[in-house]
Amino acid sequence: MTGSRPISSLDWRGTGADPEGDIVLAGARVLDPREGIDASRDIVVRGGEIAELAPAGDGEADGAEVIEAEGMSVFPAFFDPHVHLRTPGREDEEDLETGSRAAAAGGYCGVLAMANTEPPVDSAADVAALREEARERAAIPIGFLACVTRGMEGSELTEMAELAAAGAVGFSDDGLPISSARVLRRALQYQRLAGRPIALHEEDAELSAGGAMHEGTVSAALGIGGVPSVSESTMIARDAALAAYEDARVHIQHLSAAESVAAVEQAKAGGVAISCEATPHHLTLTDEEVRSLDSRFKMNPPLRAETDRQALIEGLRSGAIDCIATDHAPHSPDEKEVPFEQAAMGVTGLETAFSAIYTELVLPGVLELATLVERLSGGAEPFGFVAPRIAPGAEANLVLVDTEAEWDAGAEGWESRSHNSCFAGMRLRGRVLMTIAAGRVAYRQRSFAMGVA
Amino acid sequence: MRHLLSIEDLDREDIDRIMERAASFAEVGRRDIKKVPTLRGRTIVSLFYESSTRTSSSFELAAKRLSADVVSVKAAGSAVDKGESLKDTIATLSAYAPEAIVIRHPYAGAAKLVTGWTSAAVVNAGDGKHEHPSQALLDAYTLLDRLGTLEGKRIWIVGDVLHSRVARSCALCFRMLGAEVTICGPPTLIPRGAAEGLGVAVADDLADLGEADVVYALRMQRERMKESFVPSIREYAANYQIDSRRLGPRQLLMHPGPVNRGVELSPEVIDGPASLITAQVESGLVVRMAILYEILAGGDPRGAGARADDAELPAPTPIGEPA
Repeated sequence: MTGSRPISSLDWRGTGADPEGDIVLAGARVLDPREGIDASRDIVVRGGEIAELAPAGDGEADGAEVIEAEGMSVFPAFFDPHVHLRTPGREDEEDLETGSRAAAAGGYCGVLAMANTEPPVDSAADVAALREEARERAAIPIGFLACVTRGMEGSELTEMAELAAAGAVGFSDDGLPISSARVLRRALQYQRLAGRPIALHEEDAELSAGGAMHEGTVSAALGIGGVPSVSESTMIARDAALAAYEDARVHIQHLSAAESVAAVEQAKAGGVAISCEATPHHLTLTDEEVRSLDSRFKMNPPLRAETDRQALIEGLRSGAIDCIATDHAPHSPDEKEVPFEQAAMGVTGLETAFSAIYTELVLPGVLELATLVERLSGGAEPFGFVAPRIAPGAEANLVLVDTEAEWDAGAEGWESRSHNSCFAGMRLRGRVLMTIAAGRVAYRQRSFAMGVA
Repeated sequence: MRHLLSIEDLDREDIDRIMERAASFAEVGRRDIKKVPTLRGRTIVSLFYESSTRTSSSFELAAKRLSADVVSVKAAGSAVDKGESLKDTIATLSAYAPEAIVIRHPYAGAAKLVTGWTSAAVVNAGDGKHEHPSQALLDAYTLLDRLGTLEGKRIWIVGDVLHSRVARSCALCFRMLGAEVTICGPPTLIPRGAAEGLGVAVADDLADLGEADVVYALRMQRERMKESFVPSIREYAANYQIDSRRLGPRQLLMHPGPVNRGVELSPEVIDGPASLITAQVESGLVVRMAILYEILAGGDPRGAGARADDAELPAPTPIGEPA
């Protein structure tokens, strides 16, 4: 899958604005696995594009802001195909400004927002209003998905062609599965008219009913209803079969179980146009965390067993899993300060995604840094966007990271309006210092000093 | 011990101490005046979000025997009915500065959550399907009273383990005291992962029940057939009911109550010589006195890393005798 639309075609405050002044990122380790670069370079950003990629010390700095970045790293900025920005309806939890600021602080140059808002995004007018708001308030480009079914009720299709024309970047009833195979089949047929991928939250609600955590030894010990792994994997198998039959394109959201990775691998081997994502929390945590009965560890799909986590890591390495998505899901304290089974499902994740995986998987040698970098921006192409890359002439989507810096997650507060992070209080390594999205500086870490040449 | 939230939090010494204390209270219970002044002037709130007869009455009487002031709050008819959150309810009740809150709640972890919202000691009187630690402790007391030790004893817990907080707490508690625990029931009512998660053996049927020293039957809800956990109560009873045919002469029988006569137990074994069901209720009172004593007068300071020496704790003194 390759994308053709630039990230700058999404909506944000930079839409239609004049380019900013030139910037030189001087002497950083530049790592872009797609371009095969891992070397010390000067990156010159001019007119929103990467104008030059020169050996360290050679970058043209005429009148440009020079950022001395020796000892630091520059990667293609990250792209998250799965966030919840709670707008419209729950702006007390997040809005386009706070959510996009959180994304920028996490090194993201683009995010795709899910449609399970209040009310759900299921009309062209809804999409138009969100796009307009993003152009006023968003710190980085945001794309909006629309629902597959009206009101997310799972029965009638939305006006997918009109929604696509209004700018919806894809379709999803995320938060809820499309339980009816008949309805999903119609949507996949209709995709030929509407274009745009369909992103699927895979859950057999009959099997997961009454569950609040992974079904296994920990749920048995805690007496909490379990969500079996097969409630996810059987739906993936069903939907991959439907996609193959209709020659459609599907994206599977937040894989959590080993059986699910196997189902996607089988579908890919059979030539199905299928992509998928995994979250930082499923890659780094297991159901053992739930022993604390802390509602910060409640999300859907749930944290699963160590064998599942290992299967996800292996899928990330092999490419069976195309990208990392945070499923950033802000919740108010009221929805979390209740017993575990009653608590809302979801965790925030944009501000900690890189650092959490870097700390938990890259530093111990479980995952290559290059693989992490590639998967964190791998969410663009399945939705038709050009993957962020570091090459002359490319749109400047860059993240500057100090991989040596240590920080306590959440200690200085969050950019997100909500605080339900499952990594809060953890000591993390690797900190985003600066994010350039579609050619413009979207984030600078407060204490990060810069010089102008 | 600051709170009693789960058996999992306890160690063997905690359990032994509570057992010894309960035995000393049993002695008090045989006197004419059964009340001791130990907790005079202390306030205990009993907050029940689920209906309960024996647990709530047992805690209430235990507190009164220790001369504490008790306030009972039931969910029905209270602010809870009007949609007040647990956090707000606890804040309101904490304004009375109680020394302890005894709470039963339909969801796992509620008691633990409450500890973060109040300075009172918290006693879990049942949280969802998670744990019911005072029940397990009173069951252990009952068995120790009868058997002297649980070391090497085989205990079968039979019935709807999936929905039972009693089964979870008892399995953990009996194992900690050295017993080998087997859980047995219809496969639909045995949680996946139970063998590893609870450290027990799992049996699908009663074929090997003869090996058990103690048979602990669980309450079987008559509604379970509606969710297709069992085809019928009749078939459940045919396969899992403990009756005089299945219960051997040297085996002891327990049940947490209330019993569904003719479902999990046949009438003749309920009232038979092997039945400890009434003894369990009696134990409930003295064990809950011991629990309240332990958290309110026991001294422990587990948080400070030190453990009070048992010998330094005053023995309970009946009112009217010199302290």
